[in-house]
Amino acid sequence: MNRPSRLKMAAIHAGLTLLCMATLYPVLWVVKMALSPTDGLALTANPFPETVTFEHFRQVLSGTDAAGRWVFGRQLMASIVVSGATTLVGLTLAVSAAYALSRFRFPGKEGGMQALLVTQMFPATLMMVPIYSILQKLHLLDSLSGLVLVYATTALPFCIWNLKGYFDTLPRELEEAAVMDGASTFQVFIRVVLPLARPALAVTALFSFMTAWNEFILAATLLNDPSRFTLPVALQRYVGEHKVEWGKFAAGALIVSAPVMALFFALQKHLVGGLTAGGVKG
Amino acid sequence: MSEVTLSGIKKSFGQNLIVKGVDLQVGEGEFLVMVGPSGCGKTTLLRLIAGLEQVDAGEVRIGGARVNDVAPRDRDVAMVFQSYALYPHMTVQENLAFGLTLRKFPAAEIASRVQEVAGMLELSHLLERKPKALSGGQRQRVAMGRAIVRRPKVFLFDEPLSNLDTALRVQMRGELARLHRRLGATMIYVTHDQVEAMTLATRVAVFNGGLLQQVGPPLDLYNRPANRFVAGFLGSPAMNFLEASRDGARFTGKGFTLPCPADVPAGHARVLLGLRPQDLRVAAQGPLAGTVDAVERLGFDGYAFVTTEAGPVAARFDKGVNVSVGDKVFLAPVADALHVFTEDGAAALRHPEQRASLDVSAEVAS
Repeated sequence: MNRPSRLKMAAIHAGLTLLCMATLYPVLWVVKMALSPTDGLALTANPFPETVTFEHFRQVLSGTDAAGRWVFGRQLMASIVVSGATTLVGLTLAVSAAYALSRFRFPGKEGGMQALLVTQMFPATLMMVPIYSILQKLHLLDSLSGLVLVYATTALPFCIWNLKGYFDTLPRELEEAAVMDGASTFQVFIRVVLPLARPALAVTALFSFMTAWNEFILAATLLNDPSRFTLPVALQRYVGEHKVEWGKFAAGALIVSAPVMALFFALQKHLVGGLTAGGVKG
Repeated sequence: MSEVTLSGIKKSFGQNLIVKGVDLQVGEGEFLVMVGPSGCGKTTLLRLIAGLEQVDAGEVRIGGARVNDVAPRDRDVAMVFQSYALYPHMTVQENLAFGLTLRKFPAAEIASRVQEVAGMLELSHLLERKPKALSGGQRQRVAMGRAIVRRPKVFLFDEPLSNLDTALRVQMRGELARLHRRLGATMIYVTHDQVEAMTLATRVAVFNGGLLQQVGPPLDLYNRPANRFVAGFLGSPAMNFLEASRDGARFTGKGFTLPCPADVPAGHARVLLGLRPQDLRVAAQGPLAGTVDAVERLGFDGYAFVTTEAGPVAARFDKGVNVSVGDKVFLAPVADALHVFTEDGAAALRHPEQRASLDVSAEVAS
């Protein structure tokens, strides 16, 4: 391959640098707002804070409600419980459904797969009213279990498709070998298929967790009690009718995104493997 | 009691009838090799015996008991797959022990059996490795070990050597033969490689188009093929076929005349003659003539591929003979070499007397 000329390389690098700056600029602004002592939206072009203070972080983390309870702690717990339970419920259902769709032949299989895909075409807002009234009938409004139920069901189609795509790539002979070795269908699934599907499971789990962790609209609609708020809803409370507490909002946003970023870094290797090996290629 | 009996087996996938009614009996301790071109139904038949597929019609018996509706794990058969199908997430030790663990054998029994098999297959130093850290030959041995450790009634092999290079294949072929002698178990082995069929089998079953063509000891099939397909399938290079009509004591075809042996039954005016390349020599004079198309020299001897009026023909020549592409040559059959088939090749009418000096294994292996 020919090495591009110096001029061309310089132009490419300049272009990439510009692109990086454009991408990072808003993020830097959030960091600046979080670290600046003022609560306002300082409209200056400089993305770096002039003075640095962690006051906003302290206020977000240590806020208490009228009853003197530690609000952030409760909301963090709510988020963890909801996201964790969503992942657990969603993955358990998705993994068995995906395996069945990948390996068994039964009437309605193709139709079912299509139907799952179709559900993905509607925006979440469209489902809000029916979901609200269903949860009302089930007496699950303003409860975390209701939220888990909604998240798990909405995440299922993607999880199933993703896992099915991966199961399709596993050689059948492995399962047949296990059958010949004396394994029941369930044992084949537990002892051969699942261990091999670990990368795909990691990707799918992370996806479910992140969706639940970041989701705002449904949570804001279904939850009323601030002590049960998930973090995105809690964040929104800093944007008041008369006053926007930009500093706290930015600090909170950074705190909320930290665990997801940590998860990403921790699972990075699995993710790459899972993405290339799984059904979400290219 | 570990004989396998197939009667009237039929199997189709969708509209395709793959196995079209097969009757076959495999005796206890026998090494039966099922051989045929791809798509002939041999692998399907093996999977039907394993229970990985359900028969559409007919009956599978293992050890005398009908197993049509018995789950694979209750048939007491073990299978070695073409791709080995080792569990990638388990060590060699766990791979070997998996079947026994599932069957809830006591730990001590599992350990001793795994040790024994690992020793037998020279895997003892590899027990802690995962399959991806093994060479092709080692994986192959683990796959066999996984079958042996269970001590099943019947072993099934689905082209187990086809992914190995030539040298390893020859070595594993030897090991398989030794293994069969040592275990004395019933083994059914599928391959498309006629050398494996000839060297390993106590009996060979040749399949084509979903039907059993002939079954018998390898040399019987080689010497007395029941039809044109079997005759052409076993032996390398393949048997030459020449169309001819019978004219009293002679066969006449395009550009040749051959004497008709006395034992050819009367009443077949048109026939198909079969001549193994080993029985046809490049000579100074002979009943067939043609132009050399290609030459394969194998050292001691060689084969000339000759275009004659009657079609392409392969013939053997000895080391001293000078043959090159483009030469006009004569071909002469050795004494009593003629196989005679019906015109459509569906049945054999006559075979040469078996000669004691016929060195089949050397010829087939070449």
